[in-house]
Amino acid sequence: MSDVSIRTRINGEEWTGAVEPRLLLSDFLRGNLGLTGTHVGCEHGVCGACTVRFDGDPVRACLMFAVQIDGHEIETVEGLSPAAGTDLRIADLHPIQRAFHETHGLQCGFCTPGILMTVASFLERNPKPSDREIREAISGHLCRCTGYHNIVAAVARAAELLTEVEA
Amino acid sequence: MKPARFDYVAPTNLDDALSALAAGGGEARALAGGQSLVPMLNFRLGGPATLVDLNAVDELAFVEPTEEGGLRLGAMARQQTLEHDPLVRIRAPLLAEAAPWIAHAQIRSRGTIGGSLAHADPAAELPALLMVLGAQARVARAARGSESGARIERASSLCDLYLGPFFTSLEADEILTEVEIPGLRVGEGTAFAELARRRGDYAIVGVAVRVRLGADGLCEDAAISLINAGPTPCLAEDAAAALLGEVPTPAAIANAAEIASLQCSPAADMHGSVAYRRHLVRVLTNRVLLRARGRARERVV
Repeated sequence: MSDVSIRTRINGEEWTGAVEPRLLLSDFLRGNLGLTGTHVGCEHGVCGACTVRFDGDPVRACLMFAVQIDGHEIETVEGLSPAAGTDLRIADLHPIQRAFHETHGLQCGFCTPGILMTVASFLERNPKPSDREIREAISGHLCRCTGYHNIVAAVARAAELLTEVEA
Repeated sequence: MKPARFDYVAPTNLDDALSALAAGGGEARALAGGQSLVPMLNFRLGGPATLVDLNAVDELAFVEPTEEGGLRLGAMARQQTLEHDPLVRIRAPLLAEAAPWIAHAQIRSRGTIGGSLAHADPAAELPALLMVLGAQARVARAARGSESGARIERASSLCDLYLGPFFTSLEADEILTEVEIPGLRVGEGTAFAELARRRGDYAIVGVAVRVRLGADGLCEDAAISLINAGPTPCLAEDAAAALLGEVPTPAAIANAAEIASLQCSPAADMHGSVAYRRHLVRVLTNRVLLRARGRARERVV
């Protein structure tokens, strides 16, 4: 039951330390690293709020242990936009975040960080998704405010913005 | 909602993993993708003393073609591989077709083929899909006591693996290491359908089928498997047998679907009654058999 040493990269920064094996990745990110953008909802893999990227793929942080990120790379919502803090401007946001802002793709915002991480991976694989594909892509996330309609619009808008960035 | 304490080992090869599991003496559990095991640990439903993490056992993470035109899938191959790997699409189109229905993208990125098979959830897609394809599982354990050699391996048909809900014939020191799927044969077609409230949710009912037609148009082989229509993943054997030697006309297919519906043993829950699930078995079996028949006809030489 002793702590295990891990070496990992989180939002591009190297992290080395020891963690207890039973520590969930979600609690490690929030409690040990202060990355509280990763939200904890159901803690059994249903709600999607804690979704982060593990070596580029979206995963539920509540269904992994911190020891398992040894030698791997994690990206949380804090890593999406390079700028952060109180003087953050809309223009500094990641295009996906801007799209959610523009289209009112959130209300209380609890589910948003997880959705953003899923969408980041989804749009890399599928840069021009249909509405149906968007609905399928976000089906692993529960949102109790929006009714999802504006989230779908936000993802479609994000796809446009990302294409513009590349063009 | 936090797991109880456990010891953690992360072996990097299969033999070390098998030894660690054997050393646990029934108190150790293998951790594959963890998409079912970790929620159970979070709920504290069963607390193993040791978790043997298989995620660094690279030799179990593979998708390989076989010489017979089939596929070998390593236990630690991720479920998302089924969705994105072109080899799977060509050699086991049923798996590629059904992959988007296996939980959500965030689960498939982590969830494994072996983990789903060994978890034995009657509502899971993979056991039923592999069963209908006639897959064989390979199972390994470390040698016990007087046995010679380091590792003992055995083969198991998927049907022999399942004894009850969440209950398999795997021993506490055994790991399901891979499954082998036979290649699609001439005149063979497969299809899958599922009803779920949202894409990625547990199936209310799902059906996977495989049919093979001869040059004369008669059905030479058929298999039908049902998801969440009984205590274990199961084949509807009588329904499939009713098609053998017959021309699969809409009437013959409707008859097979009726048999599947009558003989399955679904349970009721908040998503549907027994009668509703039987209805779904009939409708979906009918639908996928028609689709598989069309695909089989395209492959008749």
